[in-house]
Order: sequence, then C-alpha cells, then structure tokens
Amino acid sequence: MSSRFESLRRSLLAGERLVAFTRADDDALGSRLLVWHDGRTEGTLRSPDLDRAATTLATGQDLPATGLREIDGTEVFVENFEPLPQLFIVGAVHVAIHLVHFARQLGFRTVVVDARSAFATAERFPHADELIVEWPAEYLARTTLHANTFCVFLTHDEKLDNPALKVALEAGVRYVGALGSSRTHAKRVAALREAGLASELIDRIHAPIGLDLGGRKPEEIALAIAAELVAVRSGQLPAGER
Amino acid sequence: MLDILPDVDRWRADGRKVAVATVIRTVGSSPRPLGSKMAVSDAGGISGSVSGGCIEGAVIQEAQSVLENGLPKRLLYGISDEQAWSVGLTCGGEVEVLVERLDA
Repeated sequence: MSSRFESLRRSLLAGERLVAFTRADDDALGSRLLVWHDGRTEGTLRSPDLDRAATTLATGQDLPATGLREIDGTEVFVENFEPLPQLFIVGAVHVAIHLVHFARQLGFRTVVVDARSAFATAERFPHADELIVEWPAEYLARTTLHANTFCVFLTHDEKLDNPALKVALEAGVRYVGALGSSRTHAKRVAALREAGLASELIDRIHAPIGLDLGGRKPEEIALAIAAELVAVRSGQLPAGER
Repeated sequence: MLDILPDVDRWRADGRKVAVATVIRTVGSSPRPLGSKMAVSDAGGISGSVSGGCIEGAVIQEAQSVLENGLPKRLLYGISDEQAWSVGLTCGGEVEVLVERLDA
C-alpha cells in the first residue's frame, strides 16, 4: 500500500485541487487513488472499475463531499482537498497589523510584503507566516499565486501598489482588493489602463476595499477587509464583483 | 492535512517514521470534522487531533504497530456509555479512524 503522501503534499502546497480516494474495506485497506480536477490520476484502488468510477466522481461538476461512501459496492473514504487559502498583504501599514491577526484566525496563511524595511519589521508583524522586504511586484512575480490566493493592496503608494496589482490580476488570483477612496481608485484604474492591463482584469479589483461596516479605525478597516475575504471564500460574494 | 504538514515535514527530514490517523466516519456529535488528522512519529511526536482529546491516547497506542509494520488499521471508537468513559469519549457518538504509515 502506498499513502501517495509526497504527491499529495506537493499538490496541496502548490494549491492544486484534488480528491483522494482510500479503500476502507479489509480487502485493500489504505489503497489510494488521487484524482486531480483536470483528470490526472495517481495510484489505484486495486480495481479498474473502482478507479474509473472514482475518477468520474472527482472530475464532475459537483465534487463529492468528504466522507465514507459506497462505490461499486466497496466502502471508500473520499477526501476533498482544497488548497490552503493564502493572503498576500502588500503594505506593512497599520491596517495590515490588525489584518494579519484576523486572517490567521480565519485560516489564511498570511504573507506581508513591503519594500520599506522601516515598516516591514518582525516587531510589528510577529504573527505573519512570512514577512518579505522586497519590491511587491518582484516578490509576487516569483512566488506561487494559486487559485486560492487572496491579495490586498494597502500601501497607498502607486509605485508599490500598481505594478504588484498588475502581477496579481494577470496571475488570475481569487481575490484582489485595494485600499483607497473612489478618487484614488479612479487614478489607479487610469494608471493600470495606461500600463496596458485589460479592463476585465481591472474590473476585478475590489475597491473601495472591504465590506461597508462603517468603521474608520485601522482595526475596523481590517475587520471590514477580513469580512470581505470570508464572503468571497464562502462564495457569498462573487470574487470579481461587488 | 495542512495543519500537520510542518511537523510531518520536520520529522521526515529527521528520518523519523510517521503515521497519520484520519477521521473517516462520525456518528452523533463529534468535535472534529471528517478528514481531520493527527500525525504520530516513532520518536513520540504528536501533531493535530482526531477528537476533542478523548481518543488520541488510544489512537497513538494503536499507531505504534502501524509505524512498525506499515499495515494500516481502521479503528472504531464508540459508544456504549461504559465504553465512552473508558476511552474518554464523553461527548457520546462514534468515531472511526484510519491509521496509515506514510511512504518511506
């Protein structure tokens, strides 16, 4: 029997979606088949019929729920793996400090990126999973932005925000939000257009960022942003519209 | 799965054998959802959980032979009152766990 752990591990860290099928009956307990959403498979349930049925289940419109089920009369544990949601916070600003706390509680892996080493300090962000002092655009371009990636832009500085925004939008991440008033956003839209970004990508930016909770303090704004992330993650709010 | 990964990676880098227990069935109220995992190393490391702390000790004991011989086990914990108290499943209900050793 093979747990297929290495493949599973690699895929989860790369943010791929897959379903693991594990035989739960005595005849072949632990035998495992991994099925990726694009139909790739690895491993076997020790029966071509079972493998086929499982592959069909895992590549259909609705993914099977995690749990035991009978497939062709055999008891199989089905496990749906979603990539861990990761949140990139561009701008090591005051709001970001609070947002890291909320996001971590909510199950996001959090990465704070800022080129300004005076702001991006471990003292200010002891709880971030990663703290990166680098130009945000360069960092985002060299890191893995998978389908369950959320990016928020908080610097208030076009030089830092805009090139990084372009990278995130072109990578097709799940959520992009940017801090700033409607006027700031209008300027940003113009600059991104100038930079050659397609309108349908620019339209995906959530701005002004966050659900409207009416708060003004940094922690209140962070909560509004966190609330919006949850709403998008749960499917309550479309990822690209408001 | 992702919650236990940092510990599992570290153990494996140190050359330890690692077994993983997964909640595959629950009946009644159960503190941890389906798919929840606990990893155990042959050096005594423990990461994650498969219940609210009631059956972990028993699962860790069962995992020792899995670590040794690599044969997976399906374990049922439940739930006559008496049994519930003996493994400490005070919440009542039933939990089934699959324990397997990760590939060498």
